[in-house]
Amino acid sequence: MNNPPDISQDPKEYEEYAHGVHQHVMRYVMVGITLLVFTGITVALSYVDFGARKANVAVAMLVATLKAGLVAAIFMHLAAEKRLIYRILIFTGFFVLGLFWLIFLAWYDYPIFR
Amino acid sequence: MEIPYTISTRPDTGLWNAKIGIWLFLASEVMLFGGLFSAYIFLRIDAAPGTWPHGLLNVPVGTMNTAILIMSSVTVVLAWAALKMRRYRAYWWYMLVTILCGVIFLTVKLAYEWPQKFEHFGAYIKPEALWKYEKYLGNQRRAEKGLEPRIEITGHLHSENAKEYEVALDPVNAEPDSPAMDRPHFFPLPVTDKIATIEKEDVERATMFLPTHSAYFASYFTITGLHGLHVLGGVLVFTYMWLPVSKKLYQRNPEHLANRVEVSGLFWHFVDLIWIFVFPLFYLL
Repeated sequence: MNNPPDISQDPKEYEEYAHGVHQHVMRYVMVGITLLVFTGITVALSYVDFGARKANVAVAMLVATLKAGLVAAIFMHLAAEKRLIYRILIFTGFFVLGLFWLIFLAWYDYPIFR
Repeated sequence: MEIPYTISTRPDTGLWNAKIGIWLFLASEVMLFGGLFSAYIFLRIDAAPGTWPHGLLNVPVGTMNTAILIMSSVTVVLAWAALKMRRYRAYWWYMLVTILCGVIFLTVKLAYEWPQKFEHFGAYIKPEALWKYEKYLGNQRRAEKGLEPRIEITGHLHSENAKEYEVALDPVNAEPDSPAMDRPHFFPLPVTDKIATIEKEDVERATMFLPTHSAYFASYFTITGLHGLHVLGGVLVFTYMWLPVSKKLYQRNPEHLANRVEVSGLFWHFVDLIWIFVFPLFYLL
């Protein structure tokens, strides 16, 4: 569960509710700290020679994808969302891959760019 | 007429409407940035050896800006959680910190990072004239070590006449054979006082570090500029939600304000997410 439930007017229930929200808050802070640590790791790894620049790009993109996944799953509540949102995102993924694919085809067909 | 489903969920979707709206908008944003990122990828793959610059941006400043953006992403969820607990005071403070983070980010970008690039000069040397500038390029040693050739001389433009440029050299061109110059530095090295004279007839093209300089700077300014516009948009929306006018909404219907903060927060996290990719691609790799 990612979204705190709606608030209650009953003081006792409010206490429970506030406790629940507080736990969410702790998680947000922890994720924030993790993201900061990963930022440091990204910077440090970029000064490590992995043999080829391509390897460095791959490592950096892997860390960036992890970070982006954390932001999407926790901050943007995608870890537990309604089905309609996932459907919108599946369509988006499909079309953005199509976009990349079209640009790749144009690049592939015209060696003038290479 | 009242707008339906601003707070209560619509039975068929299980969501309040603004949430679907913001996700559809973010989907269009993915397409917008996706096009630019794919342009970056193919420009970079196609770059001839030596034409894709490395280590021209200020890494500590970029790292700091990344940290600022991540912290603002945390404070905006904390602001939303405070509203959920009906703590307006805490919400007000978290929102203020978020807005300040956005303003600092933009100020660093527009008042420091960009202008520094505008003052920096680079001259691409014609292939047939590269040998004349070997003492600034160190290509013999680089070829022996299997490194990409250097084809550009950079620094501060000292003076210029009809025939030549006088450039105060960057350390990389002042000591091209030093092994320390093989890889970019974390802390940017200041321009040296060593002056090089470059004849204009040997120069393929020479510009300040503007979008016209290279495919690298063209994509850098396009993507960070568009990203900066998004940060500006987020700051404006958050400011509206932080001003007293939104307190009236809070008093009337706190859940409505909380939902507004949630959707604008989703936008803000997306802007953060884009930066998570922009930072390594342009600053580090």
